[in-house]
Amino acid sequence: MSALIGLILTLALSVVPLPESVAPFRPDWVAVALLYWCFAAPRRFSLVTAFVLGLALDSLSGALLGQHAAALLVIVYLAERFYLRVRMFPISQLIVVIMLLLALYEFILFWIDGVAGRTVPLIERWAPVLTGTLVWALLTLLGERRRREARALV
Amino acid sequence: MDGPGRTTTILRGGVGNGLRFLVLASISVTLMLLDHHQQHLSRVREALSVAVYPVKVAVDFPFNVWNVVSDAITERRTLVEENIRLKREQLETSFRLQRLASLEAENARLRELLDSSSKLESRALVAEILAVDLDPYKQRFSLNRGLLDGVYVGQALLDANGLVGQIVRVGPLTAEALLISDPDHAVPVTVNRNGLRTIAVGTGDSRRLRLPYLTNNADIEVGDLLVSSGLGGVFPAGYPVGRVVEVKQQPGQSFAEVTAEPMSKLDRDREVLLVWTSAEDSPGAAAANVEVP
Repeated sequence: MSALIGLILTLALSVVPLPESVAPFRPDWVAVALLYWCFAAPRRFSLVTAFVLGLALDSLSGALLGQHAAALLVIVYLAERFYLRVRMFPISQLIVVIMLLLALYEFILFWIDGVAGRTVPLIERWAPVLTGTLVWALLTLLGERRRREARALV
Repeated sequence: MDGPGRTTTILRGGVGNGLRFLVLASISVTLMLLDHHQQHLSRVREALSVAVYPVKVAVDFPFNVWNVVSDAITERRTLVEENIRLKREQLETSFRLQRLASLEAENARLRELLDSSSKLESRALVAEILAVDLDPYKQRFSLNRGLLDGVYVGQALLDANGLVGQIVRVGPLTAEALLISDPDHAVPVTVNRNGLRTIAVGTGDSRRLRLPYLTNNADIEVGDLLVSSGLGGVFPAGYPVGRVVEVKQQPGQSFAEVTAEPMSKLDRDREVLLVWTSAEDSPGAAAANVEVP
């Protein structure tokens, strides 16, 4: 239940109006949340969740139907697939993996925009990758500390 | 969870995941192809827009509350000032309206003489802009009116000062509008001073429009008012679109660089007017009714 609320919150966060100067730096909340859960609680969120959220995001943002769904599917699939392999990495290396995945996400969106003939500046696409990675790192560090505290209590 | 049990789940899940990924990915690619090429998916889109409507309302809610609260705690002084200003404006508009009534009557009479069946009055509905950021690289917004209010694709939007944009997508409860400042948008306009016809193209900046199809010797000056010409049949004719702010003649080029500022406050509106125009309103239809001697 709380996960559902969290997911709806990420949808809301991705369309909340921001001042024009900050808007290009808006992280891809949905992608970041899904990646976070892929690593923190694997197998809880399936590809179907990613697909449904992607369609909701397409409808909310007025994008081509299926655009965000496809991009989210790809990164969640890769994250689930290689989760076991990269799980043991120290966080500094995990951050690089996340950054690559988010960059791939942005690139797929950009590529589909290009194929569909919508002109979008490439430069402004990279800011969300950086902010998204930052948000993911903060979430992971916080989550890890909470888990460690919980374990200490037990 | 114990070791071996977990491994088998992961293995089973791994195989199933690959297949599931392929199926879902091909579905989304098919959706994209259908959505890009045809309008087959309007039903799906409508259903989805209803599904995400609560999110839009939830995002809009705090902004709405803020507006109500700031209305409630406005200082008396500001209210008095606003009242004075509004009274003055009202006087001015009612003065103009008096002339409009007689002009309307005269116009109707003249049209009767020409035997053309054009109607001046058109239906309008106030729609509220939902405080929801769509794609940051496009000049679009969501409205709280949809199919249930009779909104249709291609419908014109106005505010108190002029043309705002048009509806590009309609759901049962919400609609999506494209602003005249979107880089993909163009409005057929005429220069009010001399009737010169041209096209105003959006730039992506809500304070600027481009007029790329005017030759260097075109009769256009800074300060000229551009009104919608009604050609193309989407926008009603005669509404203010923008004012020319810059004319740059370019020797050696065939076209001048002309920039206009939209009349409507595209980035500050909270409410817009949806306008229903009858088919006879478009000048093409009116012209067809006029017999050429």
